[in-house]
Amino acid sequence: MSEETDPLFLIEAQHLTESLEATLLDLKANPTDKSLIDSAFRDLHTLKGSGAMFGQIAMSQFLHDFETAFEAVREGTLKVTPQLIEIALSARDHVVDLLAGGSTEPGALLLGRLAALVSGDREAEAQDPGWIMSFRLAPDTLTLGGRPEAILAEFRAMGASNIAPILDDLPPLEKMAPAELHIGWRMDLPGEITEDDIRDVFLFNEEGLDLNLKPAGAAGAEEDADISRGDVSSAMAAPPAEATRTSPPTSERSMMRVPAERLDEMMDRVGELVIAEARLAELAARSRDPQLVAVAEDIERLASGMRETTMSIRMTPIETITGRFRRLVHDLTGTLGKPITLEIEGQDTELDKTVIEKLSDPLMHLIRNAADHGLETAEQRRAMGKPEHGTIRLSARYSGAEVIISLSDDGRGLELEKIRARAEDRGLIGPDTNLDDDDVRALILQPGFSTADAVTELSGRGVGMDVVKRTIEQLRGRIDVDSEPGHGTRIDMRLPLTLAIIDGLLVEIADERYAIPLAAVEHIIELPDDEVGDARTTRFLNIRDQLVPYLRMRDLLASKGVPGPHQKVVVVTAAGLRVGLTVDRIIGSSQTVIKQLSPLHAALKMFSGATVLGNGSVALILDIPQLVSFGQTLDSREAA
Amino acid sequence: MPRPILVVDDSDSVRRLISSTLRLAGYDTVEAPDGQAALGLARSAVPRAVITDQNMPNLDGIGFIRAFRKMPGSAGVPVIFLSTENAAALKQTAREAGAIGWMTKPFDDKKLLSVVKKVLG
Repeated sequence: MSEETDPLFLIEAQHLTESLEATLLDLKANPTDKSLIDSAFRDLHTLKGSGAMFGQIAMSQFLHDFETAFEAVREGTLKVTPQLIEIALSARDHVVDLLAGGSTEPGALLLGRLAALVSGDREAEAQDPGWIMSFRLAPDTLTLGGRPEAILAEFRAMGASNIAPILDDLPPLEKMAPAELHIGWRMDLPGEITEDDIRDVFLFNEEGLDLNLKPAGAAGAEEDADISRGDVSSAMAAPPAEATRTSPPTSERSMMRVPAERLDEMMDRVGELVIAEARLAELAARSRDPQLVAVAEDIERLASGMRETTMSIRMTPIETITGRFRRLVHDLTGTLGKPITLEIEGQDTELDKTVIEKLSDPLMHLIRNAADHGLETAEQRRAMGKPEHGTIRLSARYSGAEVIISLSDDGRGLELEKIRARAEDRGLIGPDTNLDDDDVRALILQPGFSTADAVTELSGRGVGMDVVKRTIEQLRGRIDVDSEPGHGTRIDMRLPLTLAIIDGLLVEIADERYAIPLAAVEHIIELPDDEVGDARTTRFLNIRDQLVPYLRMRDLLASKGVPGPHQKVVVVTAAGLRVGLTVDRIIGSSQTVIKQLSPLHAALKMFSGATVLGNGSVALILDIPQLVSFGQTLDSREAA
Repeated sequence: MPRPILVVDDSDSVRRLISSTLRLAGYDTVEAPDGQAALGLARSAVPRAVITDQNMPNLDGIGFIRAFRKMPGSAGVPVIFLSTENAAALKQTAREAGAIGWMTKPFDDKKLLSVVKKVLG
């Protein structure tokens, strides 16, 4: 291209093509969702418009023709079929290609295919109109721990639309029992859902369930006077934390694009601000000047607000990278000739932007691996009595201060014998090295290990599992491999929510200060007198009828001197396990700016970083997952 | 900090099995061998959910659920009831006592987790 294309247009175009791709893939799963069709149309239209503005004539012309043909979809005369999605995805790729200055040739071919599809489908029958459903749950549902919002979410995932509450049974305010459920709901459901599917959703709420199901389009189906729709009711029907993708709210909210480096810069500055603020607070406390103390407190509040806002700006839902995974699986299904379904759960789980970006490549690699090596061919699967469709599941969920991202498949699982043999072959282990199954599974993460019998075009492209492991560890995360022969493999990645600043609990051990991530702290108790000083007895505490192993931090840190009489035990959790840490004194919570330890200190397994305190001194941050797993090995040794 | 799931069953093996399955799935659990002990645990810290067997010494499942529902703070805590027979009358009694759902023994990990997931979301 001779002309310089406006960079802002390119960014926008990239965003639109990505959004279009995601929408098309969503549409493949929910072919009747009108809002998705509209959203695809909007993207096409905007792209066409701005393309013409910025001199992308070829692209704009192509999009115009494409849009005209696609019009049939919006009118409802052309059904959304897998073929249509396939063509639309290719068209989207063609646009990306055109933007990069590629050839215009494939355009005509794609339009031809689309035209054929349009003319072939004109006389196709009308779509199944689906169901209209209304329901009420038993009034005591909430008291018993039932969750209507989960039921609504399930229906929404099944493609329900026009969900609205039914409020006609709402008693007057003075008679309202807050724990009782007075609301019912109505919704439209797509036709392919069976009555059994619907019953399944109500599995635990059948008692007292008042369900009313009618085929849509039947005469008088929509005459129920009890349906109230409007701004208020639709707000109630759609809880904000909803995982399913709806049409993007971008048009309603004013948004701004900012270069990512500025966010990084901002985070650095906020980090410095937090440190400066801590110094000010310390000085103010020492001066005993009430006015200075008041200002210091104001600044502390502002700094912490600033920190939260900055962090929230940086938090990005995993959804931003799952689009390319869905495309990858779509493409892999073709190249490998294996039918594969990708299930994604917890798309709205948010992680720091840097973490998300660095995760993309490892996850792509893992998905490719799972599809290529993990899943069997359709014939093999059929022979084994498995469903022909292989499933790859990507799930993300919060667990304390961590996010756990799991990638699992229902394929053949890891073949431990083969792994062992290969590791011996590669000289990673000796022929008589004693390894349990977990150790063998962990071998696939070793550098120099390649699992493929023959390196295929897809997976064995230099990036090995060891690179995945290293990336995760760089993000202060952990990776675990679990596998069951014949049933599949699961890879769990545990990642910290953020890399920069955490809420920390400052403690004192032998006159030194240490920070513990507050989110890992479960509770703090006094070390019972009979445990004090008796270093040789079993190191377990009875906490709420459970034995919790505890670590004497003074011994662990090889501190000199004798602990005082009132030692505290901070009980921390990681990966669902608990360990107590004895400390001399609790100082309090503080915002902890994490500074990486230098490479010289990277071998110190007990610490995950350091932070600068208000008085300018340095406190080490205890690495809780490490300490917990250490405490657990202690547990098994003592128990043995 | 998420609250634990309380697992109540007089059979050590079944209780451990349920508990370890849940722990592997990332839930925290506490265990009790009978209804009486379960009440004590629930009193000291209200669990996030309860999975309870019916036939147990000291206090059976139904008795436990009734007492549990009288405790302040138990509102909104889902109780899943385990029974060996698929008896409609027993289910009805459990529901009236305050259980949200039931599972028929034997069940496998998948079933357990899908039920817990459904109940806890």
